[in-house]
Amino acid sequence: MADRAAFAQEAMQHAGQLYNAALRMTRNKSDAEDLVQETYLRAYRGYGNFEEGTNLRAWLFRILTNTFINTYRAKQRRVQETDLNDVEDLYLYRRIANVDVASRSAEDTLFELFTDDEVKAALENLPENFRLPVLLADVEEFSYKEIAEMLDIPIGTVMSRLHRGRKAMQKALADYATERGLFARTPPTEDTADG
Amino acid sequence: MADCSETLRELEAFLDGELTTDTTEGIHAHLEGCMDCLQAFDFHAELRMVVREKCSNDEIPAGLLSRIEQCFGEDFDGDGTIG
Repeated sequence: MADRAAFAQEAMQHAGQLYNAALRMTRNKSDAEDLVQETYLRAYRGYGNFEEGTNLRAWLFRILTNTFINTYRAKQRRVQETDLNDVEDLYLYRRIANVDVASRSAEDTLFELFTDDEVKAALENLPENFRLPVLLADVEEFSYKEIAEMLDIPIGTVMSRLHRGRKAMQKALADYATERGLFARTPPTEDTADG
Repeated sequence: MADCSETLRELEAFLDGELTTDTTEGIHAHLEGCMDCLQAFDFHAELRMVVREKCSNDEIPAGLLSRIEQCFGEDFDGDGTIG
């Protein structure tokens, strides 16, 4: 990067994304603001280490993730992977497919089915081991390899945490829909015929 | 050509863009002829989009931008002052 000012200018373009990711990580505005500010401070100090031509956004997210893990993780309850109840594959899809057609209008889309707050809560309530990979993959669209590097875990672990984290998120979304009376409380059986 | 269970097993890696070209083509070929799998794939692609949009729509506080300008010592918004 030519100079610090040009670097800073380019880095600033990612501030909105970093702030949203920080909100999902810390789950509160004040910590999210501190986390983003600390990320930029570290990026600014360490910009000499940034290799020009590589992905600045991935580099910034790596700093964000490391700062979060080192600063905030200690404050949070450590969750073991076994704490996450397993859910069958295609959990939400099967339930939505079983919704009585009459109770759903044709133009109902998933976007309208869930509120912003419900989707945010479904992600934020995941244990951190699962929340970070799902956030980095599904919201920020980083590759398995990039996520493995950011979290310092093997690619196979990234994949298994994504799989279980996504299922748990779908379960949470299905629970919100059930609370609103959209789904039957009893899970559909495999051989249920639906129109 | 892959069968339904093989295809569904690759659903996540497919949506993540992490499959080889060959496997991706095999999935496309299966989806062309299988409405059930196509619906499941479409659903999860749509869900992914919903999660992405709804989890990234918080407005960054103006005060935070000012604080970042201060750490850089740069006037990004061109208002003539830092912060």
